[in-house]
Amino acid sequence: MNVGFLHSLIRPEEKLLIKEFESRPGVELAMIDDRKLAFNLGQDKFDYDVVIERSINHSRALHALRLFECAGVKCVNTSKVATICGDKILTSIALEENKVPQPEVRIAFTEDSTVKAMEEMGYPVVLKPAVGSWGRLLSKVNDRDAAETILEHKVTLGSYHHSIFYAQKYIDKKGRDIRSFVVGDECIAAIYRNSEHWITNTAQGGKATNCPLTDELKDLSVRAARAVGGGVVAIDVFETEHGLQVNEVNYTMEFRNSIATTGVNIPALIVDYVLKAAKN
Amino acid sequence: MPECPVCGATVTLGDDTVEGELIPCAECGSELEVTGVNPFVLAEAPKEEEDWGE
Repeated sequence: MNVGFLHSLIRPEEKLLIKEFESRPGVELAMIDDRKLAFNLGQDKFDYDVVIERSINHSRALHALRLFECAGVKCVNTSKVATICGDKILTSIALEENKVPQPEVRIAFTEDSTVKAMEEMGYPVVLKPAVGSWGRLLSKVNDRDAAETILEHKVTLGSYHHSIFYAQKYIDKKGRDIRSFVVGDECIAAIYRNSEHWITNTAQGGKATNCPLTDELKDLSVRAARAVGGGVVAIDVFETEHGLQVNEVNYTMEFRNSIATTGVNIPALIVDYVLKAAKN
Repeated sequence: MPECPVCGATVTLGDDTVEGELIPCAECGSELEVTGVNPFVLAEAPKEEEDWGE
């Protein structure tokens, strides 16, 4: 079986996946560096039974996936999943349409309409770029003065897509949130991300500890995964007074801190899924 | 073994090192990319871009 491995930089996750693929009999792994790719639309013939996407750039991943699909190659994850998960607005829409609980969200397109929406929500509110990861450029807005200042800066200094405003009701996480991992129809593991800072991403210093898989967490995680199109995804979950709520869904998930923490061989389960997808 | 292109320290790489791999320099902490494996070649890793992530 020929497996294409779409990547740019090789992080610990990619290294673990490469080793896992190479341990499987009958698997030929072809490394596809997105920095060296040039598609010939309509003419490309690829010999891959499946392509697994592990690019670090969302924009390259998204378009490369769609181009591989156009050439008839099965991809994990699909371009549909990348499209939805790569955009917080589209993710929230997918969650809403599938009745998956999430914090209150408002989307607006001007400074004035966004301030009005945030005033209606009540502070604090978190402003997030629609496209972005690792907890970067998140703003916890505590009052109207801060709202006006941040919005003015975004409009003045940011590129146009920073002027589509995604405002999420601030959730007091009490020092932690949950990252769950879904592969296919199964929630395979979860961690708590612990931090005294309101941003708990491990990329920002959050510390991982094991999170027991409850029926509620497993059910919510799988529903969130299905809402965005399924596959291999990581779900960020808040514990709230109204129960668990989905914050975000990630489609090129990082798991370096979660294997020893959970005792689950996450790369092995991902490879199982990819090889099964290729056969199907 | 190759030298860090930032500080000149020798960087130790394992046999399983692959092209494109991110390696921190133990001496200066710079993030490096392995741009060649036979022989080993190191370059400063690309700067983080806005759409990098999960």
